[in-house]
Amino acid sequence: MKYVESKLDPAFASYSHIIPAGESWLYEIKRGQIFRIEDMHGNQAVDTLFYNARDYGDRYSAQDTIREQGNIYLTAGSRLLTTNGNALMTIVADTCGHHDTLGGACANESNMVRYALEKRHMHACRNSFLQGIHAWGQGLSKRDITSNINFFMNVPVTPEGKLTFEDGISEAGKYVELRAEMDVLAAISNCPQLNNPCNAYNPTPVRVLIWESTAE
Amino acid sequence: MSVLWKELVHGGGMWSHVLKRGTALRITDIDGGANAGVLLYNSGNPVERYNMADTLKAQHIARLTAGNVLYSDMGRILCSVVADSLGWHDPLGGCGNASLVARKYGHASYQERQNACYKNGKDCFLTELGKYALGPRDLIPNINFFSKIAVAGDGSMHFAAPHSKPGDFVELRAEMNTLVILQTCPHPLDPNSVYEPKPVELSVRTAAPAGPDDACRNFCPENGRGFTLTERYFL
Repeated sequence: MKYVESKLDPAFASYSHIIPAGESWLYEIKRGQIFRIEDMHGNQAVDTLFYNARDYGDRYSAQDTIREQGNIYLTAGSRLLTTNGNALMTIVADTCGHHDTLGGACANESNMVRYALEKRHMHACRNSFLQGIHAWGQGLSKRDITSNINFFMNVPVTPEGKLTFEDGISEAGKYVELRAEMDVLAAISNCPQLNNPCNAYNPTPVRVLIWESTAE
Repeated sequence: MSVLWKELVHGGGMWSHVLKRGTALRITDIDGGANAGVLLYNSGNPVERYNMADTLKAQHIARLTAGNVLYSDMGRILCSVVADSLGWHDPLGGCGNASLVARKYGHASYQERQNACYKNGKDCFLTELGKYALGPRDLIPNINFFSKIAVAGDGSMHFAAPHSKPGDFVELRAEMNTLVILQTCPHPLDPNSVYEPKPVELSVRTAAPAGPDDACRNFCPENGRGFTLTERYFL
């Protein structure tokens, strides 16, 4: 696994915000800005969607991204591509090692399938996403909740074609850092999942930081 | 169960149909080496659509074969894979687009080549989706029937060739009234540098509902709950 540290100092970030578990966060990141997500307490799933800020129909595509890099994991060097083949973000630092983009976001309905029919009442990422995009407005709707990234999650695929959810490889203080290649709308649901051993059944806050450029 | 009709989709072609609950669609690779890219939507409410992640994580799979089901993003089953002669269909690789096809094969316009012009999966999907007033915001991760991508321990993706043989088939039983969008452009990772998309034969038949002993229902406890939620939708 590849670990790339950043030289950026949080003291010089132009934006810093803590997202509690179970909440959404939408924010426009400008071309050239550096965006960091920090796993403050370890093994927290940060469900993330990215859109071309000028055209929300041109959005992150998990399949195009993994196919063009020839690998299912996202890590330093990964270019996140849109459905139209444009580069949204490049991962420029990563102290976790790799990130998932196949496992998707939890939902009331998928929790009922995966765990038990009685789980409908539990808060889930796709409700957070809906609340976040409705508050953002601009015509965003459920159609725009597409295949997401799960930063800090470990979802390996075996050569036999099995998909497994493994113990996390992240820990408190690990981070991933991305350079915006265009003006990007980021939408995060900090995952509230209580049924998943990956986060030790304990969802925790994460921090997002933005720097104006890579200049120290 | 009786066959209602059969139909040929040429290589590099596109097709769509609302596959009714109580019917099944068999797709057959006539020549070998076909690729059938497929998207699925609830025809009564297309904002409910196939969800790659929910399909993979409910069944702990990264390939599709008989016994698997194709989940919507609402915890329901759009279609079940009731028969498969091949053992592995690709849910990961996505579809090609105009620039990928131009880079790989060059250009062949309609003016030059008429119906043998080069097409790409994404534009075929968008054309067919447009017939139902769906568009770019409705493009979702697709399935590639008859193709295989194996993932190695380091996460690297490897296209298997040759994979599908002449006569290989897969059969989808509709558990909901499902809008099926299909195109037969080459898989985007197919290493063949010559544009030679292969045809598929489609056959639609009547199909009995999934009983208590159904192999897809009993593939895993998750699928049992998925069938329950799907059956409730029609109560």
